[in-house]
Amino acid sequence: MSLFLVKGAGVAGLSVAYELLRRGEDVDIVDYQDTIGQGASFFAGGMLAPYCEREAAEDIVLTLGLDAADWWDRAVPGAVVRNGTLVVAQPRDLADLTRFASRTNGHAWLGRNEIADLEPSLSGRFDKALFFENEAHLDPRRALTGLAKAIRNLGGLFHLGWGPPPKKNYTAVLDCTGPAAIPHIPGLRGVRGEMLYLETGEVSLSRPVRMLHPRHPIYVVPRDDNRFMVGATMIETDDDGPISARSLMELLNAAYALHPAFGEARVVETGVGIRPAFDDNVPRVVETGEGLAIAGMHRHGFLLAPAMAKKAAGRFSNGFALQEGMTA
Amino acid sequence: MLKLYDTELSSRLLLGTARYPSPAVLSEAVKRSGAGIVTVSLRRETSGSRTGGAFFELIRQLGVRILPNTAGCHSASEAVLTAKMAREVFGTNWIKLEVIGHHDSLQPDVFELVEAARILTNEGFDVFPYTTDDLIVGEKLLAAGCRVLMPWCAPIGSAAGPRNPSALVAMRAAFPDIPLIVDAGLGRPSHAAVVMELGYDAVLLNTAVASAGDPPAMGEAFAKAIDAGRLAYLAGMLEPREMAVPSTPVIGKAVFS
Repeated sequence: MSLFLVKGAGVAGLSVAYELLRRGEDVDIVDYQDTIGQGASFFAGGMLAPYCEREAAEDIVLTLGLDAADWWDRAVPGAVVRNGTLVVAQPRDLADLTRFASRTNGHAWLGRNEIADLEPSLSGRFDKALFFENEAHLDPRRALTGLAKAIRNLGGLFHLGWGPPPKKNYTAVLDCTGPAAIPHIPGLRGVRGEMLYLETGEVSLSRPVRMLHPRHPIYVVPRDDNRFMVGATMIETDDDGPISARSLMELLNAAYALHPAFGEARVVETGVGIRPAFDDNVPRVVETGEGLAIAGMHRHGFLLAPAMAKKAAGRFSNGFALQEGMTA
Repeated sequence: MLKLYDTELSSRLLLGTARYPSPAVLSEAVKRSGAGIVTVSLRRETSGSRTGGAFFELIRQLGVRILPNTAGCHSASEAVLTAKMAREVFGTNWIKLEVIGHHDSLQPDVFELVEAARILTNEGFDVFPYTTDDLIVGEKLLAAGCRVLMPWCAPIGSAAGPRNPSALVAMRAAFPDIPLIVDAGLGRPSHAAVVMELGYDAVLLNTAVASAGDPPAMGEAFAKAIDAGRLAYLAGMLEPREMAVPSTPVIGKAVFS
């Protein structure tokens, strides 16, 4: 049995801690925040949508993401909702829907009546939609709380908040610090994402809905308590300042176009996170001076953390040696 | 060779840098298209901060000329400010001037555009104005000091292709010595070939390449169409006629029957 130190209690850190513990290793997790999941994970959509993501992502994102829903289901029973994804477009943007369909697999075309059957709130609002039946979603904040609990049950120790790091003889350190790793890992950059939460009892959705638009595509992910996460911008900067008026306006406009009742909703939260990414937007397990790093999760944290965690944990069980010079 | 503000360029393709699946794909598309100029939006990619950071560094590393743009600006004063910021960030006097009149249709506000062009030219900028195909606006932009015009051929991102070819022909005839670049509205390589056949000097693309299934391959396809259109323009094309014209004499028929 070896002892590992995981730096960063976001989705990547908790996932790899869980994988190591499952393999019988000991794990300490440190984070300078007082509670887990306070970085980009906190603002994630939580869509387990590998087929939809394939529209603009490399094929590897699809293949690595296919098992994500099962992994989360095992790790945090009850966290995953398997209701698929609905993709819609305004009548004048129907060409974008056709384009989306031609770039993706695993979908079926729905007509007016079928859309109404799936999502009564959207009844009569769209003539056509794409339904990705085999996709799922989760509430990132709840899922990470559940995962942390599972980690504690398996013997993992958390050291949260500022303070001296535990002085122990670690076999290796896993850097899962997300954007904080940007200065240390060559090729990493930050991509800003802005989101907001709306609260209304007038709209009810059972699954994430993506609304295509040539400039401002959005998704709306339903949460409990009449809340809806609306996201997300992708801006090429690592500036993590508050959401801009323009982005807020665009997200709200799009939500309003999806359903006018969102116009009456309360804006209960806005958020900004920095997604670390490599230039192909595909995450990697990279070697560092003290172990490994899971880096560049981009917008695929919850979708790809399971695969990256298994990849990193697998490295150690296959006889880890620093000098091998490994990059995934 | 294409000459824009005293800079000679071997490629007649200008490529936008927004909305690619990833910077890696963008970089590959620039290479395969052979584009000599890329345009980059300051407002969109900086979110108010002045750094733009890693993405701008990636753009610089593409090794082609950078034409910063003022996409997202809705007034002359906004555009002038953005242009000055672009000069600082990229160290170039080149600016693609976009002043949008309508958030939804992205139609240029030609009044603000001319005003911004006048101010920027006076401050030493080389202005590339994104304009309509209106001749009078073109004249006013030239009077304001522009030495290139970039008319649309259809709304931004529409992929509709030349909506009004006769207006493009009129513009070419009206400004025979000014480099004319079709900016906005092209969807497929054949559209680019059409405007190049009309005698346009270059085309600027973004969505048509960035949103293609395989952006690098589409970049190359456009480059070939642009070359073909240019070559055809220089070679001199036949004018269309109503009647069939046999390429060999028809024996036994009177020629003028």
